[in-house]
Amino acid sequence: MARPRLAVIKFASCDGCQLSLLDCEDELLAVAGAVEIANFPEASRAVHPGPYDVTLVEGSITTEHDAARIRAVRDETAVLITIGACATSGGIQALRNFADVGEMVRAVYARPDFISTLATSTPISAHVKVDYELRGCPIDKGQLLELVSALLAGRRPVLPSHSVCVECKLASRVCVMVAHGTPCLGPVTHAGCGALCPGYHRGCYGCFGPAETTNTATLAAQWQALGASRRDIHRAFRTFNAASEPFCREADAHG
Amino acid sequence: MSASGLPKTAAVLGPDGLQALIAALAARGMEVIGPVERDGAIVLDRIAGIADLPAGRTDRQEAGSYRLADRDDGALFGYAVGPQSWKRFLHRPVETLFRVRRIGQELAFEPPRETPPRTAFLGVRACELAAIAIQDRVLLGGAYVNTEYAARRAQTFLVAVNCGDPAATCFCTSHDTGPRAHSGYDVALTELLVDGRHEFLAEPGSDSGAALLAYLPTRPATAADWAAAAAVAARAAANMHRRMPSEGLKETLQAHPEHPRWEDVGQRCLACANCTMVCPTCFCTTIEDHSELDGLGAERVRRWDSCFAGDFSYVHGGAVRTQTRSRYRQWMTHKLAHWWDQYGTSGCVGCGRCIAWCPVGIDIAAEAAAFVESSKREEDAHGIA
Repeated sequence: MARPRLAVIKFASCDGCQLSLLDCEDELLAVAGAVEIANFPEASRAVHPGPYDVTLVEGSITTEHDAARIRAVRDETAVLITIGACATSGGIQALRNFADVGEMVRAVYARPDFISTLATSTPISAHVKVDYELRGCPIDKGQLLELVSALLAGRRPVLPSHSVCVECKLASRVCVMVAHGTPCLGPVTHAGCGALCPGYHRGCYGCFGPAETTNTATLAAQWQALGASRRDIHRAFRTFNAASEPFCREADAHG
Repeated sequence: MSASGLPKTAAVLGPDGLQALIAALAARGMEVIGPVERDGAIVLDRIAGIADLPAGRTDRQEAGSYRLADRDDGALFGYAVGPQSWKRFLHRPVETLFRVRRIGQELAFEPPRETPPRTAFLGVRACELAAIAIQDRVLLGGAYVNTEYAARRAQTFLVAVNCGDPAATCFCTSHDTGPRAHSGYDVALTELLVDGRHEFLAEPGSDSGAALLAYLPTRPATAADWAAAAAVAARAAANMHRRMPSEGLKETLQAHPEHPRWEDVGQRCLACANCTMVCPTCFCTTIEDHSELDGLGAERVRRWDSCFAGDFSYVHGGAVRTQTRSRYRQWMTHKLAHWWDQYGTSGCVGCGRCIAWCPVGIDIAAEAAAFVESSKREEDAHGIA
């Protein structure tokens, strides 16, 4: 059987998620043996034209040009996987959605007239059909390997959509919110990181975006009971997944 | 006479005797798990001796809150249950069921799992003994036995500790599951702090428990020791103020699947699943298959799951329980009502973990009371006695 052809395509993003693939280290040779890396400029200058069997898409759509380009990417691939908060929810750059982009461009660039950009940063799913998504800022390497392995085997990938709390409890971590009074976004955040931050006595900051079911209003009220200000809550929900609907709505409620 | 036919030949041992007990368990090849302080909580982990126990520490628990504090009597067991239950050692959070490799045209399944190590649990509370008995019923008592649980359970030696200082979240007296252990242990200890003495009344609950006690430096228990132990249990019971209603609870919950209270609690619930993870009787799991990149190796694992997760009720076409209120209703009615029909007991032992470790402090006892109250009001309004 021919190895599936893999492409890694970047839109507005920091490259951190696609670097997770190179970061696989121990498993990297196995990945390279299992798939033909046909288009991955971060790894090789040898870029082969499509069509591809699987395309990992990083980044959000912030320009007209990219809005057209993602449709071409979709046309060229059988399976499209979005990787990371930018691709799945618009990323940190979606903060522009709540501000005047023209004003930002004038503040940042010496020649604003050179800049052609959209007023919003939107996830890939707002433009084309997405087959699988991996959350996180950045994504979890283990989840990436799990998804690739599942696709190769033709089985369902194990990517639970429950809260980070489940991962905390599976790992025997003590709840930072209940035992320390530390505000934590874990109860409304999608699993996948293995409850990394609570493992270091930090509250989850929601980089995997909303879980399958969220109750941000009740969690925000509890944050207030623990001493968080309205501004704290607004800012907590307005980070890497600011444009995801539940987080956007809750940030607005404390704006 | 105890259940095993042993006379109740209780003995009294001091801290050195407790140290000897731990050493004797280890000498018999057992891994000893007990309470230790970690990350701001009393958790369960390996212990080598009494120096590992949280001496002079206690906990302050309320709905959605847990804090450690000092106590001035140097008690080794002066706290209630912590975030973890013994479930994690018997019905493990993640269990590999088998691994398999493809060699040519053959599938090679890894040899059956090794016999689990002999393990002693030190500091098992009465409510937790009740929870273990319930999990025994659920996981071993039917046609389909959880073989991994069975193997671990058979290797487990239980040293109970009767409660003297329950948390505000405790309500074992409502379920008659504590504060004093009555059965299901090998040895039960009651910590006695009387007249400046620090001792433990040790009661054997099995032949192996009696054999262990015979090996330790002890003195015979006197009437005064029994009275002191009874006073500990009486004090614990008197200090427990939370109540789970029992009268009519099962019928009320089963008769009101569309009660407005479900929506009310559904609005407050985060559907985060913490309550089910900390519950010592919740047993639901899911099966996950993983395969390796080379396509030659695979494994099947069983992982704790929760009725609060959307994936839990996913069937062809979508999840059955899309609303948080239906997930909460599933959990609570199963725990407090349908469990009776299924297993002949309540699924709740009154440990209070789901109350303390709910990040927003939802109180199952208060929810149950609200249902019973509103049902009474309804009956009164209709003139039914």
